Amino acid sequence: MSVLADKLSANKAQGRKSLIVYITAGYPDMDTTLAAVLAAEAAGADLIELGIPFSDPIADGPVIQKAAVASLAAGTTPRSCLELVRRIRSQSQIALGFMTYINLILSYGPEQFARDCREVGVDALIIPDLPPEESDLLQIPCNQHGLDLIQFVTPTSTAERVAMACRSASGFIYCISNTGVTGVRAIDYSAVVPSVELVRQVTDLPVAIGFGIGTPASAWAASRFADGVIVGSAVVQLLETKGIVAVKDLLSSIRQEIDKEGQSDASVS
Amino acid sequence: MPDQKGRFGDFGGRFVPETVMPALHELEDFYTRIKNDSEFQEEFSRYLQQYAGRPTLLYYAENLTKYYGKAKIYLKREDLLHTGAHKINNALGQALLARRMGKKRIVAETGAGQHGVACATVAALFGLECCVFMGEEDMERQALNVFRMKLLGTEVIPVTSGSGTLKDATSEAIRYWVTNIRDTHYIIGSVVGPHPYPMIVRDFQAIIGREIKQQVTSFSSAPLRYVVACVGGGSNAMGTFYEFRNDAATRKIGVEAAGKGLGAEHAASLTLGRPGVLHGALSYLLQDDDGQVIPAYSISAGLDYPGVGPEHSFFKDTGIASYVSVTDNEALAAFQRLARNEGIIPALESSHALAYLEILMPGTRPDESVVVCLSGRGDKDVQQVSKVLEGL
Repeated sequence: MSVLADKLSANKAQGRKSLIVYITAGYPDMDTTLAAVLAAEAAGADLIELGIPFSDPIADGPVIQKAAVASLAAGTTPRSCLELVRRIRSQSQIALGFMTYINLILSYGPEQFARDCREVGVDALIIPDLPPEESDLLQIPCNQHGLDLIQFVTPTSTAERVAMACRSASGFIYCISNTGVTGVRAIDYSAVVPSVELVRQVTDLPVAIGFGIGTPASAWAASRFADGVIVGSAVVQLLETKGIVAVKDLLSSIRQEIDKEGQSDASVS
Repeated sequence: MPDQKGRFGDFGGRFVPETVMPALHELEDFYTRIKNDSEFQEEFSRYLQQYAGRPTLLYYAENLTKYYGKAKIYLKREDLLHTGAHKINNALGQALLARRMGKKRIVAETGAGQHGVACATVAALFGLECCVFMGEEDMERQALNVFRMKLLGTEVIPVTSGSGTLKDATSEAIRYWVTNIRDTHYIIGSVVGPHPYPMIVRDFQAIIGREIKQQVTSFSSAPLRYVVACVGGGSNAMGTFYEFRNDAATRKIGVEAAGKGLGAEHAASLTLGRPGVLHGALSYLLQDDDGQVIPAYSISAGLDYPGVGPEHSFFKDTGIASYVSVTDNEALAAFQRLARNEGIIPALESSHALAYLEILMPGTRPDESVVVCLSGRGDKDVQQVSKVLEGL
């Protein structure tokens, strides 16, 4: 099992909700990203998703799109993101995945990319435009190099599709909260219950809910239905407007809020 | 073709978020059923004839033929269709499909505005809600089409992200579709996007080539040596070529936009791109060494796209068709040449196909014939061209 899978599964076993934090690499610069990763870890994050910016991010809303444009303009490349992970690894062993789009990996060469990710200490790849039907091209290199290729389930996934996604899944299951792109908005998180139940029927892997979560209250609401929550656009937005301290404050409050829920779960069971 | 994974050889596929995968499967299943449903085909055919104006003429361009003094030149007059371009063929087919699937709303992207106008038109006809994403820059250069869409009751949403052109409008339309997947059908405007779209759009446009094949024999006994069409995403070209795909005696030539020149800004994905994934399909793509998509450039908004339909990539690699390019200036010259010689003002997109005659015709013989797909009319471009010509 990978570091990431170990960590999230241990959390699940202990009834501790996992906090997953997305940060666009190189936004506004690599030093800020490094500091943000360390701040997130200090605030209680369990897993960092580093976004490698792509020119045409079809699964992302305005905040992350804007960050990608700025990061690309500042010269961020897949190679500079690998370099960033090397720097992070000299200071932190937090579980870490890359979130990016398939074309960058095709261009790099999937085998070489998986090898280089492993070498610098990346634990997982999260590729929103790679459904199970197309995932062989990356699943095989990921298996070879011990990386988790994270699978998605969504409110539109059928039982058949959930089973297909879970069959090759490792690490955790990324449960998208509603139909839409990334970005903070009001969502009725109970709508994820059917998809989470479908997942539970076929795998013991932890389930984390993402898309829309940006406040302690929404993180708490979502965490009731799964093993973890993913926070992205809110963090990226704060990096733009208020900086690292505000990011740390937000994540600390979210950690506190979802820990309450974890304890109550434990006491009930 | 394509195979089960939606591949034409290595190209195509479905590189999209999981949220839309069930909708793609639903669309594929539904389309497979209605493809051989005579009731649907009759309905489609009736709308094509009585509403859109099919079959379109195959016009013998006698003056243009004399101008070159070589092979006989015929123009496939898709510009005479209702709304002024071949785009209505696909829009009608897909709107009928959407209606049968019980979708209440359609979303589309548009570059030059022709596909947007076609969608707005069929939405009005069938009582569907419609919203069209259009790049801010394109809204400016195609203001007339923006007004037409609004007049037809469609909401036109400006896209400012990225380069503000067709590529970004397509990304926004996909994002909107992901968000409203349950009640919305996405009418993609070209033979691009994830499977089954390239196949569906091709099938709805293939009537162009079928008509050409019939019409050309009634005109003359001169063998049809060349069919020529412009390629942005490539729907009028695929529509023209598909019927001739196994017909080696008829050469199929796709003309891309070389913009300011192949060494400068252009939109020649097949000529200078390499395979990559954009908008859900693997195909030739203009991209940098890291795989970041390079914004395309062409004077013609409809060709201003860094990708191309995956089946064209397959046609290129297998030699079924060949692909060339012409510059903005060559297209502008062809635009004026057709107007002066034949009294027909072509769309700037179609002018690219016409421009290639300069290179093609000297090597042809009087006992051969050439068909150029005149995919759209040029009214929408007149204002833009007048600005450019006055500037010269």
